[in-house]
This record gives sequence, structure tokens and C-alpha cells, in this order.
Amino acid sequence: MSIRLTRTIVLWCPDWPVTAAMHATGQGTDAPIALIDKGLVFACSSAARTEGVQRGLKLREAQYRAPELVVLPYDPVQDARVFEPVITRIEEIMPGVQVIRPGTCAIRSRGPSRYYGGEEQATQALLACLGELGIHDARVGIADGPFAAEQAARGTSRQGTAVQIVPPDASPAFLAPLSIGILVDDRLAVLLHRLGVHTLGDFAALPALDVLRRFGAEGAQAHEKAGGRENRSVAARIPPKLYDVELEFEPALDRIDQVTFAIRALADRFIDTLRSSRLVCTAIRIEVRTESGDASERSWLHPRWFSAADVVDRVRWQLQGGSAIDTGLRSGVTRVQISPERLDSTGNHEEGLWGSGPDERIHHGLTRVQSMLGHEGVLTAVGGGGRMLADRQILVPWGDRPEDGSSRSRAASPAPAAAPAAASAEPWPGSLQGLTPSTVFRRRHPVTLLTAGGAPVAVDDRGRIDGVPGRFSPTGMPDDLRRITVWAGPWPVTERWWDPERARSLHRFQVVDDDGDAWLLALDGLDWWAEGRYD
Amino acid sequence: MPAVAHSPDASGTVSNAVASNTVASNTAASNTVASLQQRISSMQATKLDTRTLPTLEALAGILPGGSLRQGAAYSVDSTSLVMALLAGPSQSGAWCGVVGVPDFGTEAAASFGIDLTRLVLVPSPADQWLTVTAALVDVLTVVVVSPPRGAADADVARLSARMRQRGCTLIVMGAWPQVEASLHIEHSQWNGLAQGYGFLSGREVTITSTGKHRFDRPKTASLWLPDAQQNIRTVEPSPPASVHPASPRSAPARPVAVPPLRETG
Repeated sequence: MSIRLTRTIVLWCPDWPVTAAMHATGQGTDAPIALIDKGLVFACSSAARTEGVQRGLKLREAQYRAPELVVLPYDPVQDARVFEPVITRIEEIMPGVQVIRPGTCAIRSRGPSRYYGGEEQATQALLACLGELGIHDARVGIADGPFAAEQAARGTSRQGTAVQIVPPDASPAFLAPLSIGILVDDRLAVLLHRLGVHTLGDFAALPALDVLRRFGAEGAQAHEKAGGRENRSVAARIPPKLYDVELEFEPALDRIDQVTFAIRALADRFIDTLRSSRLVCTAIRIEVRTESGDASERSWLHPRWFSAADVVDRVRWQLQGGSAIDTGLRSGVTRVQISPERLDSTGNHEEGLWGSGPDERIHHGLTRVQSMLGHEGVLTAVGGGGRMLADRQILVPWGDRPEDGSSRSRAASPAPAAAPAAASAEPWPGSLQGLTPSTVFRRRHPVTLLTAGGAPVAVDDRGRIDGVPGRFSPTGMPDDLRRITVWAGPWPVTERWWDPERARSLHRFQVVDDDGDAWLLALDGLDWWAEGRYD
Repeated sequence: MPAVAHSPDASGTVSNAVASNTVASNTAASNTVASLQQRISSMQATKLDTRTLPTLEALAGILPGGSLRQGAAYSVDSTSLVMALLAGPSQSGAWCGVVGVPDFGTEAAASFGIDLTRLVLVPSPADQWLTVTAALVDVLTVVVVSPPRGAADADVARLSARMRQRGCTLIVMGAWPQVEASLHIEHSQWNGLAQGYGFLSGREVTITSTGKHRFDRPKTASLWLPDAQQNIRTVEPSPPASVHPASPRSAPARPVAVPPLRETG
């Protein structure tokens, strides 16, 4: 069996999660930072390490050791996102980069070392490039095979240099004194220690066939790595294709129809590019910038997938604004950018031979109405949780899903996701029993409730009613008074007294007037209003 | 024929006596016959192109033909009654739309049996209500509309043609020309509420239905809309006098069951 060793450069950025968090939050490099995952310290900056913080500590213990510790949650996605521009920059100076994990990447050494005139010069070019990006403590290791090169890069901290180059064919000797724990998982490491195998050299000295028989394929692979005979090359990543489109306006446009007309061709191109890559887009992000520097950014979901006309509609709705959309636009539009947020293969969205059933027709009809009236013109309802009637019914624009932070990862579907359904199933003590009003007033509907003698009905601080409801006017006008036949109340509703903005304290009544209509009334301080009507 | 050799006046008294006896004792049986006849007539199409929608059984007595007809318009004055009409089609998988009713209580709709995932609301179409209704008629099975003002006859005719073509049923909350039936709640009686205690738990309504033609006799039916178990069903006529009260407006509301103290929070 011929072994083909790949001479590899490995770049390692120590404490990459901390570096990424510093970039994302704008913290200084000398601040003591700890990233917390599940209550334990996941990574910490060098300033924190000098204070005694280390990986695996409990949060409280770490804060005790370093009182000025800046505690941030660990976010693996952020690591990858911040590493992305670094990869792009490296790809500009040496092609064929494999990302091993965020903060560590491998490059085949042959091309760069010939181009720059030697491995030493190639590493200098790499470090200079990273220095431009503001990463000054990066380490580089060069050896035969990615594993040996990574160990060389990690070994730099023992030497106190930024670069460690293991000469060709010296990798087995370089790896031999290292501990077995860096190669295999904990269970196998314990077993090997018990067998008297403590270093990679000891492990590599075992016969390959015996290792394969005793430890299986994983053990055999680890054995190859330990012996510096890694038969693995660098698998360069394929840079992802960008589907973002953008359009600049010079001079700035200040009319919505101008912008939507200009965006039409762009939307066609955006969708055509996706389609030629056999992709459909189910969520897009639209960013609109204006002359004065304002920006409006919003994600739009689609129950099926976006066509060019749908994209134009979303741009128009974003410019028009609505109760849930803050356009933030107070000057002319200079730039519109459309980027796909969620892509899917066309194969998953293939239409059936006879169309995709009746829902497709309904979707087209409702989309037509939506483009007439705006995004919030067509609504679907889901049940919500709460005591007041308005809290118990949530209206969601067609195609969106209910407002809920935890549902972000769910796939878009025409039927709203059942996120608040769980809340509506809760008992909610103090909510209305018996019949639910068929009319629930969206706007406050003021009414008048008087005793038979004409005095206003009030409820005192102890919740006792003052006077018996006798006459009622549904419009609040005195000439519309009618007699009350039966009534019940007061039923107090006191909610969120700890939150002055959302606190609510009122008394509810049910009354039936002599026209045969039943009402659900509420007394809020001294004001009577109708919450709902049974009609 | 000796077997039928009765004198004419004798046979007349016999049949009169039998008839009065039947009316007095067997109203339940005649109701069963009537409901069976309604079911038969709802299954038999009167015209070739008449198709019906599955409707709640309790409403069969007041709808011409016993159920909602595709392509027809109905005028209804109560939101609860609209929900009861929507419940049948919605439960059988039809999509429903509500245009121009911003205060439509969706929680009550769900308790009436309407599937909220197939309910579409267009709360404020403003001036475009007719266009929106026409667009929804194209794709949905039942559309409820509350017109802010009267529509021109030509528009109504165009919309009706579209409804017939698409097989959509229109329920109008207000006046509308050429309706199949106008349903009106004549009188409603509330259960569960008393002077200062209890809570609304059921509603008994008397519904009058006026047909397409002026000379049609209005139909009347008593329904639970809904009863204490949130079911919509016809009222069993136990004492005949209480089914059709003499003066509907002044009938006192009797608490049927006094519920226990409510827990409030």
C-alpha cells in the first residue's frame, strides 16, 4: 500500500470563540471575557485566564475569581459567521482552503510554497494577511498530513513562536512524544493508558493489523494518524455562490411606484438565477437604504415559494409600511438589496401532475387580494392565551407565522404554526366561562351603565358593586337607554401588576338587555366599555 | 263496495276526530316526518345544476331545501347564526372567508366548530369590498360579506353569475337583492344568567326564515345556539305552549341552572 502524504499548512486562531464574540460585540481585546454554554465556561480570553478563569468552571466560580468578567452566551453560529470573511480573504491569496472548524483551517502547502518561494515565506504571507484583518495571535503549523500540521500549530504555544514547521518525513518523530489523549476519545484513551500506551509513539509502535482487530476501523484510523501516515488530503471547499441582488438609485427615488417599477427587472433576474441553480426561495430579506442613511430591513416568508411578482410585492409592502412594519423611511430610496434567507431544492417543491391540489388555487386568490390591500389585508386567526378576549385571538397576515421567538426555525407553511395554541390550552383562571361573544370589539367601544334610578354603577376598592345595574346604553348616548333584564358581575381581572406598561385591572359584567341582546362589559376605573357582544 | 259504504258526513267526522287526535298527541311523530321529508328534498336536486353544501342538521328546518346551496346568496342578521352556517361546510373541509367584519370573534367561531386554519379574514377592505369579495368567491367555498353600502344591480348580477359558475355560497350580513333566504333571529332567550350571579351558558333562539318569493310562508324554528355543551341543536318541543311564546320580546329569561361560584383572578 503506497502512502501518499499531503504536505499541509494548518492555520489555528487560539480562542476563536472569544475572538468572534469580541468582533460581534465590539469589546476590547484586553477585556476579561468568558463564553458560557450550559452554565459552564466554554472559552475565555487571555485576560480572564490570567485571573484564574478556565474552561469547564461554573459561571459563579468564574465570576468569583474574576469579578470584572464579561459574560456572554456561546454562539456556534456566530463563530462560523465571523470566520467566513477570514476564509474569503485567505482564498484570495492561496486557493483550496478546508475549514476544519471555525478558527482552524487547512491548506495544501505545495502551491503556496512554490508561489511564495518556500514554506517560511508562505506562512509569513498568511500571517500578514490575517494581521490586516486584525487577527494578531494566529498560529501556523506545517507538517505531513492535516493532523500532524494541526498539532504543529497547537505546539507553537509551547515554543513561544507563531510558526512551527516540521521538516518532511519528520512528522512521526514530532508526534511520538505527544499524549494519546489528543487523538482518541476519552473511553479509548483510558483503555490505552491502562494498557500502558501513553504517547502517540507508543501507539504507533503497535502492529497495524492488531490495532485494527482490537479497536476496529476507528482505532486503525487513529493508528495511522499517530504514526504520521495519514492518508488524507485537504478537501478544499467550494466557495458558496451568492444570490444576493442589489440596485442603487442615483438620484434617489422618492416614490414607491418608481422603486417597484425599477425593481421589477431585478426581481426577475433574482428568481431566474435561483431557478437556473434548481433552487426555490421560501424566505427573503429585503434591505432598503435611504439618502439620509436610514435603513429598513425585514424578512418575508412565503407559504410556497417566491415568484418575481411576489418579490416586487414584498418590496412595495415594506416601503408602504404597516402597523407591524416600521419602514423608517423619511427620505429618498438610494439602494434596495434582496437576499435569499432560505433556499430549497426545486425537487422538494415539484408540482404534481395535476397541480398541487386546491390549496394552490386558494393561495393564488388570497395573494391577489393581498397585493390589492397590502400584507396585513388578509389574515388568518389562531387561538392565543390570555384572559381578555382580544388576547385569545391572534390574527396573522396570510403567509406569515404567529409572532413567536421560538418558532424561527420552523418551516414556512400556509397554515399558521401552532405556537400560541399551547398558550390557549392553559387554564387561564379568571378568563371568561360559558359562551364566548361572537363579536369582539377591536376598538374600545364606550357604553353607559346606570342603575334603575339613573346613577352610574361603580365598583369599590374591595370589589363590591355600588348600585344594581338597571339601564344600559350600547352607544353611550342617553337617548339609547334600554332596560336590563338579567346581569352578573363584577368579575375582577387583575393582570401583570408588576409591569406598569402592561398592567391591567378591570371588572367584567355580563348583561342582557330587554331587546334580547347580551353584552360583555368591562369597567376600567370609571369608564364602561363593551368588550364583546353576543349577537 | 260494501266495505266503504259510509255516509259522507260520518266519514268526515271520523277523519276530523283522527286529525285532531294526531295533532294533539303525535307532534313528535309529525316532526320526524317533516325532518325526513326535508332530508329527502335536500338530497333530491330540484334543478340540474343545484348542488348543496353539508350544513348542520339543526339548520335544515329553516333553509330552503334543507341545506346551503352552492351559488346562492343568503341574508343573515346575526354573527352567531353566520358562524353556525359556516360550521357545517368548514367541518367538511371547505375554506371560508369573512370580508368587512373587523369584530368577528374567532374564538367563538372555533367554539361553533369552524376550523380556523381554513378561515380567512379580510377585516377592512374599505372601498374595494366588492372586488375583494369577487376575488374570494373565485377560490373559497363560503364567503361572508358585510357590505358597507348597497351595491349596484349590475355588480350584484355579475357577482351572482360568478358565484353560480364557481359554486360559491355568499352569506351577506345586511340587505342584498335576490337572496335564497333571509334568516332573522326573532327572539333569543339566555340561560345561566340571573340577577347578579351566574354566567351565560346557553342561548335559545327563534329564527324566522323568509324565502325567495314574497308569497312563501316564513319558516320558524327554535334552536339552541348553542346549548350548555356548545352544541347547536333544535329545541325539543316538550310543552307546546313554550315553543312559540305569545309575546316574544317580553318573555322573562329564566336561569335554568345556577352555576357554582366562579373562580376569578
